Amino acid sequence: MAISLKLNGQTHNVEAEPGTPLLWVIRDELKLTGTKFGCGVASCGACTVHLNGEPVRSCQTYIEDIEDAEITTIEVMDQDKVGAAVQQAWLELDVVQCGYCQSGQIMSAVGLLRENAKPTAEEVDEYMYGNACRCATYQRIRDGVLRASEILEA
Amino acid sequence: MTATLSRRGFLKSAAAAGAVLYVGTNARGAIAAADTADAMLNPFVKIDSNGNVIAIVKHFEKGQGPATGLTSLIAEELGVTMDQIDYEFAPSNPNVYNNTLFGPFQGTGGSTAIANSWVQYRTAGANAREMLIKAAADAWGVDASTLDIQEGVIAGSGKSAPLGEFVAAAAAIAPSETPRLRDPSEWKIIGNEATRRKDSPIKVNGAAKFAMDVHLDNQMVVMIKRTPQRGGTVASFDDSAAKDITGFIMAQALPTGHGVAVYAENTWAAMQAREALEVEWDLSAAETRSSQEIRDEVLTALQQAPVYNVNKADQAAVTAAVDDADTIVEKTFYFPLLAHAPMEPLNCTIEQTADGDIVLHDGAQMPTGPHMAFQQIFELPAEKIHIKTMLAGGSFGRRATPDADYQVEAGLAFVMTDRTRPVKLVWDREDDIRGGYYRPAAGHKVRVGLDSDGSIVGWEHQIAGQSIMKGTAFEAMLVKDGIDHSTVEGVTENPYMIPGMSIGLTDTEKATSVLWWRSVGHTHTAYVMEVMMDMAASAAGKDPVEFRLAYLSGDKDQQRKAAVLKLAAEKGNWGKPADGNVQGIAVHKSFGSYVAEVVEISGNLDDGIQIEKVTAAVDCGIAVNPDVIKAQIEGGIGYGIGHAMRDQITLADGAVEQSNFPDYEPLRISDIKAIETHIVASTEAPTGIGEPGTPPSAPALANAIAMLDLRVAELPMTENGVYFV
Repeated sequence: MAISLKLNGQTHNVEAEPGTPLLWVIRDELKLTGTKFGCGVASCGACTVHLNGEPVRSCQTYIEDIEDAEITTIEVMDQDKVGAAVQQAWLELDVVQCGYCQSGQIMSAVGLLRENAKPTAEEVDEYMYGNACRCATYQRIRDGVLRASEILEA
Repeated sequence: MTATLSRRGFLKSAAAAGAVLYVGTNARGAIAAADTADAMLNPFVKIDSNGNVIAIVKHFEKGQGPATGLTSLIAEELGVTMDQIDYEFAPSNPNVYNNTLFGPFQGTGGSTAIANSWVQYRTAGANAREMLIKAAADAWGVDASTLDIQEGVIAGSGKSAPLGEFVAAAAAIAPSETPRLRDPSEWKIIGNEATRRKDSPIKVNGAAKFAMDVHLDNQMVVMIKRTPQRGGTVASFDDSAAKDITGFIMAQALPTGHGVAVYAENTWAAMQAREALEVEWDLSAAETRSSQEIRDEVLTALQQAPVYNVNKADQAAVTAAVDDADTIVEKTFYFPLLAHAPMEPLNCTIEQTADGDIVLHDGAQMPTGPHMAFQQIFELPAEKIHIKTMLAGGSFGRRATPDADYQVEAGLAFVMTDRTRPVKLVWDREDDIRGGYYRPAAGHKVRVGLDSDGSIVGWEHQIAGQSIMKGTAFEAMLVKDGIDHSTVEGVTENPYMIPGMSIGLTDTEKATSVLWWRSVGHTHTAYVMEVMMDMAASAAGKDPVEFRLAYLSGDKDQQRKAAVLKLAAEKGNWGKPADGNVQGIAVHKSFGSYVAEVVEISGNLDDGIQIEKVTAAVDCGIAVNPDVIKAQIEGGIGYGIGHAMRDQITLADGAVEQSNFPDYEPLRISDIKAIETHIVASTEAPTGIGEPGTPPSAPALANAIAMLDLRVAELPMTENGVYFV
């Protein structure tokens, strides 16, 4: 089926079978590879993107369900006030190790801070629970979200 | 320009056009040169006339930090800031980019990246500095000893110039055999906590290119339907349903027989077509054992006399000493199979160039492995095969297999085509969890005898498990007198001065493919050593720290271990947990480094346990990038504790029962509330850091849980009486 996809402020016309996860349209068709494949079952969060500003797992978001939605990926997060603050905090604290999960971590962190500008450490843990990091950078992810909150407040 | 050779040392050259200065070694450690960049013999540092400096990093980056670390060594010696240097990954060439601790083999592992590059990369940077300074000194007519390079500027004797200005002239100067390495007092980058990772910026904005992100024109995506039981082979397959999938191209059985390769236009089509493929398996020679049988075999082996007397001890005398002791502390341990599960599932991409060369795009942990395998698969000489090392989304050992398993799969899938379209092999998470190469199951049985003063008088230690190295290319190097060192490391070479210790080993039968897993043998040996020390301390009525220190009062090795133990205890408020909390401690040396960890937990066995804090102390010699070291300790702790808490791979009738993260649950952010790391100042040469944080983490947690009256001697903990909140 032909799909008109609004992604990162642009409209893309793509051809995809119904049932195709958004993840693979983003990665294989639009060649935006910042969004990662980790598990395919919404269990790791590496594929997190924003759908109308809210974090969703793109591996479980199907192409036929999102025709009118605004999709945002990590590639344009620097243009977002919250996104830029999270990226700055991530750089200050050198949160990343292998980095493969970090696009998804950042997309989730932005979702959290939009919802709750001053989260506690416990609230960070609760919100970020579904984003796995096999390098276990969790300490810095938690600190990074709290630091981004400070940056936004300043 | 003709080649200039000297007996040993470093190479320099300038590309006449573009004036690029390269410094590196060639095949025999000789100096060589050529006149184009492409013909250069593999430098460690490259500088162009605009002053752009690039460190050539011979180790792959899986998050453990060599892109920053090796670059730091070059930058420090050359005299540029970390902002003035970039990095590239080295091509595959074991004559030049070998791991100096591995021999003629290019690869990353054993926590050796900094240790084996420490002298080599600083020397390369120092040589570049000296050549540039000599060129400037000649041009200015001043004494070279009056000049230095700082922040990319050559200056002294009232003159200064950016280093790029003298690249062409420097390239014509013979490099020194023994350049002066900067004194530690001059260091600005090494040891600087403020040094940031070089790979952070591209990893926060989606720009970083992992192997999974390779997309070559006209590529096919291949996924493989593999035998559900090791040793099974394809009897026949039916792809008629796969043909209904848009984007399906073809299916072919691999010549190895272990699977059918499904070729498709994109990843999603490959996934669906593989799902639709029907395969009849010949399982007549396949593995049929269950994990219970593997466990029984290990535990039975521990009840019998060991096959190997690892430390050539008088076993009868040790047994007699234990038998005659006032108190005997005894425990049997069992550790399950574990998958590595790096965040980026395994993958690689292969293409053929117009010249018939083969190019592999891979998060290549051991380039020499696939390089050698591809010579056979493609029947090409080494120089016709090229490996482009991409960022790797974790590994924990999995991307380095002695048989280059996934690269060979990709090679076979490609060689069966007409090679006009590149092939990208993709594993999904299920392939990863079920794909073998596990941390082997292992068992230990230990009896420790204490005298009436609570001092150890005998330590009888038996180990059983499947050898990692036997039957691989590494056997000749790492198996001595039948003993696979990787099964016993950590019990052997443990700095504790334990009187009367016997170490026995029995190999168990091959039940599945096994592999090194972050910290290898130390994953289980540290657990056993540190839980036994804790049990012995308890039986002796002594504080666990004081008890251990009594066996660490001798040489420097023991003192370094004692120092981290004391530092972790001090910083972790040992003996003074918050109200309602309990603590456990463990210390272990691995990969040349010493790490002690205090784990503090809240809760209880009925309502569940929460890990409140882990406090670590590490001595890894000179701390090149202190913040990277802290990150590796944080990650090493999480990796060790996460698996100890709740992960195992189990087999039923030879087939793996787990399939994805829901049943091989990763550590989550809320599992450990805080980690704090302290680094011991040192002037010793740098040692490992990627792995040493892992070994003490699980036993420190186990020793904390023991304070709640539960001694966990079998993992994972959740299957053995522990509930985590």
